[in-house]
Amino acid sequence: MLERIRSDFWYELLNSPVTVVSAVIIALMIIGCTFAPVFAPHTPFDPATISIMDNNMPPAWADGADPRFLLGTDLQGRDVLSAMLYGGRISLQVGIGAVALSVVIGMIVGLVAGYFGGMTDAVLMRVAEIQFAFPPILIALLFNGILKASLPADVFAQAAVPIMILAIGLAGWVQFARIVRASAMVQRGQDYVTACHAIGLPTVTIILRHITPNILGPVLVLAMLQIAVAIVTEATLSFLGLGTPLTEPSLGALIQIGSQYLFSGIWWVVIFPGIMLLVMVVAFNLVADWVRDYLNPRLR
Amino acid sequence: MTDILCKTQDLKITFPHRLGDFTAVHGFDMEVRRGEIVGLIGESGAGKSTIGNAIMGLLSHPGVVSGGRIELEGENLVDLSDTAMARLRGGRIGMIFQDPMTSLNPLMTVGDQLSESIAILQDLPLAQARQMAADRLDGVGIPDAASRMGQYPHEFSGGMRQRVVIALAMAGDPDLLIADEPTTALDVSVQKQVLDLIRSICVERSLGVILVTHDMGVIAETADRVYVMRYGKLVETGPTAQVIHQPTQQYTQDLIAAIPSIDHREDRFRNPAKKTGEIDQWLLQGHKGEGSGDYVTASALTKDFATKKKSFWGKAGSFRAVDIPGLSIKRGEVLGLVGESGSGKSTLGRMMTGLIPPSSGSVRYGDHGLMTDVRTRAARKALRRDVQVVFQDPYSSLNSRMRVDHILAEPIRFHGLAEREETPRLVGALLERVGLPADSGRKFPHQFSGGQRQRICIARALSVRPRFLLCDEPTSALDVSIQADMLALLMELRRSLGLTMLFVSHDLAVVRQVSDRVAVMKQGQIVECRAAEALYDAPENEYTRMLLETAPRATGHENTQNMRRAT
Repeated sequence: MLERIRSDFWYELLNSPVTVVSAVIIALMIIGCTFAPVFAPHTPFDPATISIMDNNMPPAWADGADPRFLLGTDLQGRDVLSAMLYGGRISLQVGIGAVALSVVIGMIVGLVAGYFGGMTDAVLMRVAEIQFAFPPILIALLFNGILKASLPADVFAQAAVPIMILAIGLAGWVQFARIVRASAMVQRGQDYVTACHAIGLPTVTIILRHITPNILGPVLVLAMLQIAVAIVTEATLSFLGLGTPLTEPSLGALIQIGSQYLFSGIWWVVIFPGIMLLVMVVAFNLVADWVRDYLNPRLR
Repeated sequence: MTDILCKTQDLKITFPHRLGDFTAVHGFDMEVRRGEIVGLIGESGAGKSTIGNAIMGLLSHPGVVSGGRIELEGENLVDLSDTAMARLRGGRIGMIFQDPMTSLNPLMTVGDQLSESIAILQDLPLAQARQMAADRLDGVGIPDAASRMGQYPHEFSGGMRQRVVIALAMAGDPDLLIADEPTTALDVSVQKQVLDLIRSICVERSLGVILVTHDMGVIAETADRVYVMRYGKLVETGPTAQVIHQPTQQYTQDLIAAIPSIDHREDRFRNPAKKTGEIDQWLLQGHKGEGSGDYVTASALTKDFATKKKSFWGKAGSFRAVDIPGLSIKRGEVLGLVGESGSGKSTLGRMMTGLIPPSSGSVRYGDHGLMTDVRTRAARKALRRDVQVVFQDPYSSLNSRMRVDHILAEPIRFHGLAEREETPRLVGALLERVGLPADSGRKFPHQFSGGQRQRICIARALSVRPRFLLCDEPTSALDVSIQADMLALLMELRRSLGLTMLFVSHDLAVVRQVSDRVAVMKQGQIVECRAAEALYDAPENEYTRMLLETAPRATGHENTQNMRRAT
């Protein structure tokens, strides 16, 4: 039969222009946002550098624009482009951080449930299903609310990003647990695992060295999809005023700020962060779709 | 000639690929007449199934017929449109697939599936089609056909299901029947009945049948003429008896010579060349008290599996998969364990090696005592070192994410059998010992063929220096020529390392080649257990005799056997 060669990855990737574009967009966004202080033309949240005189400037190509502000300014004279880069940084941090937390919890629960089965499996998966019955946004709201009530206001404001990661991460682990459990049950029945038992390897070694690498494929796909979901969840919470503080707004908070002025003709404050959020989410979804197809040889 | 039903002429089938097209079939010529069974035989990758699929117009993506003709009564099928082809399928060409478990719709009753096909293909009202369906089921030998019409596929046994599949293939009264490995998934006793059915249908309705298989025994018992294929090319063709008894081509000769005989034991398996080396010294190290007597003894061993509860509050029933009063294997002996699917042979093998716990009874090891007494971590580790397994499926039995040298080094390191610096050299020596290049450890399992992977599995089992090896259908997934190499390797290792082996297989011929003693299992019980030669030459049990008689023989029965050896 035809030998699969290593460069299949690049061949399949380059054969899908949509994926290449999405991947480039994600890369640009991650670089741009991570190094926001370097790339952003202004420091939007430093009161010393903003001037109220620059407020409500339209984007650079419209009438009465100031070329210093490419995508215009908001009510307080903050540069929209810079605010988007800083805001995108928070969105990406929360999205990736929350999914990382979900993956860790979900993998542990799923591997234990799937490998040991029986009572352990029943108890863990019933807990997971009870949580799954509630919408994730509700759970994130709940965790967020509990933390807000139990922490002093200034601590809460400072720790906004970790708190969002915790809230969204705890809301999203169930899907990972389910997919890992299902894969672990399949792998457990494979002969190579029986061979490990025959050699006498301890359970921990079998799970970590042998089973885990074989179930990473579906986890990777789900993680890509869930990053998009987590970004949207964070934006929703921030839009509702429950997420990041207005002094440090994420994309969701920017949309919330801008939405108040939409009907007074100042459209650019809400539209550009909105487009950025949309593009970010769609790009993650498209890349995730491609990864799923790539990992499934039957579709090739 | 006018009676030619189907023929292929210079048929070429290509699978385009970016690294260059892969030609699966190069210029293949074949003729099928009415009332004739034509066998198409070859090892995996020979292109035999591809030809069957091409005639059906069902080549898997991205394969295309890139040259030549496929004619059905003079009409070239290659030029036909998809719709015209769809009308031919089922109508003039019927197909029987390998696995009767997956080729029926599990959610439709057998009667509905069959009458739907008949209604569509013969353009009949459904009521009339149902009537006909019952007759057809009766015709393929399903007892009490009318009442079984309302049953679902899972209520039928494997052989009965394959009969239903044959009835389905015959629904449109086809002229040509393509049977792709129709009995590979079936037990030998059922295999013969299904082949007899195909034979009788072929004669009665003067159909042309193309029988695609890897099994020379099936061809010998069923086909009138045979085409031997290799790498997509025709090697040899002729009447079956002529090809089998006087093969003219080297490949065919090798292929036939590689088939283990059920009627005698080949010398090359009994007295393999003895190979020893430094690695054998290492492999023999660290075993206490060789001694004699029994190595493994099972007493009053049973295994129950829970069955589904009848109702929500009801108690779960149980099914006794294995129930044997006792079984022992002497040091250095090979015990063959044969039985049909569901006989409990694999379960017994796994209990004998401690991979699954018995429901009752015990297994005692010469050096370690009762398995149930092995409680300390160190003792269990020592036991696991002495008892190893080689599995049937060389694809699922290696971790595809680990490099081969890591797969082999892990057990050595885990059991502390060698220093870290020494391990890579040992891994190389192990690979060489099983007939692979020493540097192949740098590759991943998917870069090896099935036979090579099975060698890696054997190397992994050897890497802990075992005394007892369970081989669970080790050659069932392999081609016959590779099977012969594998058996030779196992026998040679057994001799030079003095391994005790339990060899589990459904294939009576293979078991005869390797075993000193043979146990025959049926429904969880051992019906006969005697020295191999005695058991094969004069079976005492009725069931054993039936198994031996129904097994297909590639080279015919004893009389023709002697003729072949004389030539």
